[in-house]
Amino acid sequence: MEIYLDNSSTTKVCLPAAQKVMECMTVVYGNPSSLHTMGFAAEKEMTKARAAIAKQLGVKENEIIFTSGGTEANNLAIFGAVSAKKRFGNKIVTTAIEHPSVLGCMEQLEKDGFEVVFLTPDQNGTISPEQVMEAIDEQTILVSMMLVNNEVGSILPIEAAAKAIKRKKSPALFHVDAVQGFGKMAICPKKSGIDLLTISGHKIHAPKGIGALYIAKDIRIPPRIFGGGQESGIRPGTEALPLISGFGEAVMQLPNISREMTRIQMLYDSCKARLLQLPGIVINSPEQGLPYVLNFSTCSVRSETMLHFLASKHIFVSGGSACAKGKQSHVLTAMGLDRARIQTAIRVSFSRENTRQDVNAFIEGVKDGLSTLATGKL
Amino acid sequence: MNEILLLKLGELVLKGLNRKLFENILLKRIQYTLCDLGKFDIKLAQSTITIVPQEETVDLEEAAERVSKIFGIAAFSRARVTEKNMDAIKQAAADYLAEELEEAKTFKVEAKRSDKKFPLNSPQICTQVGEYLLEKYPHLTVDVHKPDSIVYVEVRDYGAYIRGRALQGAGGIPVGTGGKAAVLISGGIDSPVASWMMAKRGVELTAIHFASPPYTSERAEDKVVRLLTQVSAYSGRMKMYTVPFTKVQELIQANCPEELFTIIMRRFMMRVAEKIARKEGCGALITGESLGQVASQTMQAIGCTDMVADMPVFRPLIGMDKTEIVTIAHRIGTFDISIEPYEDCCTIFTPKHPRTKPIPSFVEIGESALDVDALVEECVQNTRYKKIGYRQND
Repeated sequence: MEIYLDNSSTTKVCLPAAQKVMECMTVVYGNPSSLHTMGFAAEKEMTKARAAIAKQLGVKENEIIFTSGGTEANNLAIFGAVSAKKRFGNKIVTTAIEHPSVLGCMEQLEKDGFEVVFLTPDQNGTISPEQVMEAIDEQTILVSMMLVNNEVGSILPIEAAAKAIKRKKSPALFHVDAVQGFGKMAICPKKSGIDLLTISGHKIHAPKGIGALYIAKDIRIPPRIFGGGQESGIRPGTEALPLISGFGEAVMQLPNISREMTRIQMLYDSCKARLLQLPGIVINSPEQGLPYVLNFSTCSVRSETMLHFLASKHIFVSGGSACAKGKQSHVLTAMGLDRARIQTAIRVSFSRENTRQDVNAFIEGVKDGLSTLATGKL
Repeated sequence: MNEILLLKLGELVLKGLNRKLFENILLKRIQYTLCDLGKFDIKLAQSTITIVPQEETVDLEEAAERVSKIFGIAAFSRARVTEKNMDAIKQAAADYLAEELEEAKTFKVEAKRSDKKFPLNSPQICTQVGEYLLEKYPHLTVDVHKPDSIVYVEVRDYGAYIRGRALQGAGGIPVGTGGKAAVLISGGIDSPVASWMMAKRGVELTAIHFASPPYTSERAEDKVVRLLTQVSAYSGRMKMYTVPFTKVQELIQANCPEELFTIIMRRFMMRVAEKIARKEGCGALITGESLGQVASQTMQAIGCTDMVADMPVFRPLIGMDKTEIVTIAHRIGTFDISIEPYEDCCTIFTPKHPRTKPIPSFVEIGESALDVDALVEECVQNTRYKKIGYRQND
C-alpha cells in the first residue's frame, strides 16, 4: 500500500464522491438545462452540490460559480476584476509566492501595461500586514493574495489586506486563492471582506477538473468565455454535473475542521521534531503555518533524488510543488533561501487519510536516504 | 459571548391594552426564526428586545440577517455588553467600534440612561466616553451634527450596551397578529410581492398554486417553492397547496367561448382556493392583481371573479405600477426567480382576444356547459401540500 504524503498536489477521491460521480454519469445523466424530469433531477443534484459548498463558506448559493478548476477560477477572477475596475486605476497588488495560475495572469497583465506589485515574503514565507498596508493605494484596482501558500504552508494576512483596501479608500477588488485552505481551515469570505475566492475540488478528495469561484453578491465581473448562459452567464457551457456533484459530495464528507486540524497538527509536530533530529535538516515552513504542509531541506541530497528514492519505497512526497515540475521553486527563492536549501527542499503534505504510521515510514525513508544516497553537487 | 442583538419595536408600541398580545407573538416568532441557529436568551424590556446568544458557536451574522426580515421591528443593531461602570464602558467603546472609528474622521457619542440609579447622567457619560475615544484615536474630531460615526451607549437595567448606528428593520406588524389568508400564487412577479405586503401587515400565509401537467412542468412548481421559501424569510413558515388543474383547463378549452377562457379559469381558481382556505382556517384570499395590468385584471373582470368568492379578496397591488412592484420584488429577492421562463397555468390556453369587459351573465352562460361544483370538489380532493420555511427541529 502506498504512503501518499503529497496531498497539496492532489488527493485521493473519497469513496462517496466517486460513487456520486458514477451515479451522475450513469443514472442522473440528464442535462441540468433540459426541461424534462431527467434534466430537473440533474439540476437538483447540482443545486445540492452548490448548497453544500455555499454552506461551507457561509455564503449564498448564487454566489458560487463552478469552473474547471483552480486555474480557471483564478483567471476568471483576475482578468474579470481587472476589466471591471480598470477605469479606476492601473495598479495590481499580489505576492511573489502566488500559485503559477495567478503569477501567469500577472505576467500577462504586466505585458498589457498594468503595474503589478509583487510583495516578497520574509525567510519564513510570510507577508506582513504592514507590507500589505503600504502597497495598497487609491490607484489599486485588484489585490490578489493566496490564503495558504502551497509550498510552505504559510498563512497570508488576508484580513489586513481587506482592511487596507477599506482604509485607503481603494477601489480594488479583493481576490483570494483559497485552494490550499478550503476545507482545512475556517474561511468566511463575508467576514474577511473578500470579493472573489477560488476553491478547487481535487485538493479535498473530489475529482480533478472541478473548482469554483465565489463572487460576492454585489460584484459584477465579465465572463472570459461566451455561450449558453449557464452559471449566470459568467462561465457558460453544459455543467459538468458528475464532477460538480462529486465536489459537493466531497465537501459534505469534510471532517470537523478544528478537530481534524488538531490531529494533523500532531502528525506535523511529530514529523517535524523527528526530522530535526536528523543531521543537517532545516525546516522551511513557518512556525505559524497551516500544519497540512511541511517543507524542509536536507541540505545534502537533491530534492529529485530524495523524491525518487522515497518513491521506490512507495512513499510519495514532492520537491516544491507539483505544478512547478522540477523548476527551481519560486517560493523558496522569494523567501531568500540559499541555493543548497532550495535544491534539497522536500514538501510533505497531509490529508485526513494519513496516520502516524505514514509519518514513521516517511522518517525511516528519509533516514535511509540520507545515509545511503550520494551527496550531489549543489 | 458578549455580543448581542438589540431590536427596537416598530408600530406595535402604539397598541393599547392588547399590546402584550402583539409582543408575545413577536417574541415567539423571533424564537422560532432563530431556533436552528443555537440557544438564545430572548427578552423584552423597555420596548427593546435583547437577543443574547448562549453558545459560542452561534452565527450572529446570520441571526442578524434573519431578524432584519421579521415584521414588527423598526430597527436593530449588534451591540457589545459590558458591566455598568465607566471604565468598562469606555474600554468597550474603544474596542468594539475600533474598525469603524479608525476609518472615521469625525464622531459623536450618544448616551441613554434608562437605569436612573447609574451615577452619571447621559451628558456626563457622553463627555467621558468622548474624551477617552479622542485620546485613544487622536485622528478623530467631534462633530455633533454630521458625524461619520456615532457611538451609542445605553445603560439599562441588565447592563450597558455599546453599539454603532442601528440598521433599519423590516417594519410592519408581527405576522400572526393579523389573521391568516391564502395567497393564489402562479410564479410570476406579482403574487410573491402581494404575499410579502400582506405578511407585513401581520397576516399569516397559506399558499395555493395551480399546476397543469403536462402543460406546466415540475420546474414551474419548484420555482414557486423557491419563491415561497424566499417570502417565508419574512412571513414565516407556511403550507403550499398544489391543485391539479389540468382537467379543468382542458374542459374550459373544449367547452367554453374562447374570449372567456381566462375569466372562467380564474373563477374556478377562486372557488377552489376559497374551499382550501376555509379548511385551513383562513379569513381571506390574496391575489397579486393590479388594476388594468392584463385583460383579467380590469374592474369588470375582477368583478366577475369576485362574484364566486364568498370571502374577502385582498389585492395589495391593485393601485401599483409594475415598476413599483418590481422594486419590491428585487428588495425581497423574488425577482430573479420570478423571471425564470417556465410556463405556468395562467400562460397556457390564453385566448387571442380576451374579453376585457366581461358581463357576469354571459360568463355564467359560458361556463354552464361544465359541472362546476363537481370539478371544484375534484380539485380540492386531489390537492397536496408541501411545507415551506419550516425550521429543522419541527
